[in-house]
Amino acid sequence: MSAADALLAAPSREPARHSNVTRVVIYGLLIVFAIIYLLPLVVMVMTSLKPLEEVTGGNMFYLPQHLTFEPWTKAWGTACVGLTCAGLKGYVWNSVKMVVPAVLISTLLGALNGYVLTKWRFPGHKLVFGMMLFACFIPFQSVLIPMATILGKLGAIGQSLENTIGLSLGFGNPTVNLVLVHVVYGLGFTTLFFRNYYETFPNELVRAAQIDGASFFQIFRRILLPNSMPIFIVTVIYQFTNIWNDFLFGSTFAAGDSAPMTVALYNIVNTSTGIVEYNTNMAAAMIAAAPTLVVYVLAGRYFVSGLMAGAVKG
Amino acid sequence: MSTLEIRSLRKKFGSLEILKGIDISLEQGGFLVLVGPSGCGKSTLLNTIAGLESITSGEIRIGGQVVNNLHPSKRDIAMVFQSYALYPNMSVAQNVAFGMEMRGVPKAERDRAVAAVAKTLQIEHLMDRRPSQLSGGQRQRVAMGRALVRQPQVFLFDEPLSNLDAKLRVDMRIEIKRLHQQTGTTIVYVTHDQIEAMTLATKIAVLKDGELQQVGSPYEIYNSPNNLFVADFMGSPAMNLLEGKVARTNGAPQIVLERHDHQPIVLPIPTSADAAKLSDGAKVIFGIRPEAVNDKESIDRGAKSIATFDAPVEIIEPAGADTYVVTRAAGKELTARMRAETPVCVGQNHTFVFNLDKAVLFDPQTTRRI
Repeated sequence: MSAADALLAAPSREPARHSNVTRVVIYGLLIVFAIIYLLPLVVMVMTSLKPLEEVTGGNMFYLPQHLTFEPWTKAWGTACVGLTCAGLKGYVWNSVKMVVPAVLISTLLGALNGYVLTKWRFPGHKLVFGMMLFACFIPFQSVLIPMATILGKLGAIGQSLENTIGLSLGFGNPTVNLVLVHVVYGLGFTTLFFRNYYETFPNELVRAAQIDGASFFQIFRRILLPNSMPIFIVTVIYQFTNIWNDFLFGSTFAAGDSAPMTVALYNIVNTSTGIVEYNTNMAAAMIAAAPTLVVYVLAGRYFVSGLMAGAVKG
Repeated sequence: MSTLEIRSLRKKFGSLEILKGIDISLEQGGFLVLVGPSGCGKSTLLNTIAGLESITSGEIRIGGQVVNNLHPSKRDIAMVFQSYALYPNMSVAQNVAFGMEMRGVPKAERDRAVAAVAKTLQIEHLMDRRPSQLSGGQRQRVAMGRALVRQPQVFLFDEPLSNLDAKLRVDMRIEIKRLHQQTGTTIVYVTHDQIEAMTLATKIAVLKDGELQQVGSPYEIYNSPNNLFVADFMGSPAMNLLEGKVARTNGAPQIVLERHDHQPIVLPIPTSADAAKLSDGAKVIFGIRPEAVNDKESIDRGAKSIATFDAPVEIIEPAGADTYVVTRAAGKELTARMRAETPVCVGQNHTFVFNLDKAVLFDPQTTRRI
């Protein structure tokens, strides 16, 4: 073996010597923790695939004897939420109607804020950004009552519009209310994400576009946004997960038929009549969690790279 | 009439004055290079011409029109940035056409103009690529294409070659010079590289701390620097600046350069200086370019005034085409630029000759040329 080969081979041989013991320890720990984290999910899946007798009569760690998808169809179509027994499906749609606009609006506004706070700096921009950051640290419980007051006022406007022109224009609509609430409280985070990302975005590109004659919004739409894919995906995942999983605002500001899915799930699980149908509850919980899981699986790798892009360079 | 005219331009950031009254004009087809050390305000000056930064007072005219308050896109300028600033999400063709698209030029016309520019710059095969798929030199070309396609009155270049490696930089320098000669465009070019300034410019403006030190042709700047700063900044290796004294012997004033352990060097007053202004005993700075210091064989035969002295050689730096020979005078290193085969040895005495036609004198107090 030549000297050059020896030099090249040396670094790879070095860690291999230690690896046997370390590897066992590392993999052992990883497996133990993976089991701890996965066990609840496994139990959930198994329970949701068992008939009710098997759940109440048997051990929760036993595999299903009679495989059935009936709890899933029940949770989706016929489980009782309060007094109506039409399953989760209507509420899933409620959530989608609320989440999609709320995520898109808060993300776009966050991007616009980030753009202005980094590329069109004005006196006091730091103060404005600081105050927007403050929104990230406000506990949501503390704003429930002021928010309720504001939504009440908006509802009153909707009522008078209804009386005068026959249309409420969305004022007072529970879904619109929730979109508004989530946009307002999401803005702090989305602004933070985009500001940090655009901080490292080259100013020369903006200047070049200015000389090319692009307007404020043209620069944003044609130059900034197309180059923001990583942070856009991070923000969408973050907002989607938060808003989809939100229970507090949903249960406070949207009751009854317009409640989002999380509230409906709570009502299914918390039903006070008859026996507790664990298998249906488990199926319902997984239906509720599925969209965030899907989003994360599809876009997860962007999530990590996007977070790093913002964190390391910013 | 000048294509670009700048009158008493001032720029302040708060109480800090970045540009302290700049006056420059540039004729049609001229190549103005703004040069100076970092922080001298040259990039700020370029940005104010582009309209990317506002000015505090003064006036900028492009093609006779005052553009002080015009948006960058309305000033009839195009700019090539240091980082090239190519839009990463667009193809080369889209990059070049973006400005026209923003101004609402019809698609067919845009395509025609882009094709013409691509041909001039020989980037036709790159038009469908993204900027990330291009090499440094190709990006540079595309950035120039984007500026060229607008056919503006004035081109602005902000240190466009500083991101390239040494060899490519020389190639692109020639490319820019050729482009300028072919198209006859008016160019303002910022650089901190004085060789770029010398080779490209028809007019050089040397800046320091927001003040113009000198504006002139490369020849003027190089051979008759206005002050010590310009003399020291331009040229590589730098001009030898030696402290001396005026002494009068037989009625004629002479320059005396003191030396440690050696006879002082006594020189006649260089032809460039006004001898009448020199009082007896006054201190002066004697400036001479390394190529005007040589040995007897190689000194310029046409030189009218020369001075000879012996000095020990301290360092020899062979640079291929030339050999730099370093000796000592007036307490400072004195570099001579000699032909490569000059027979010199470190430590040995060598006979040096000053070509005083090329020498200049400065007042150490005011730093101005006498």
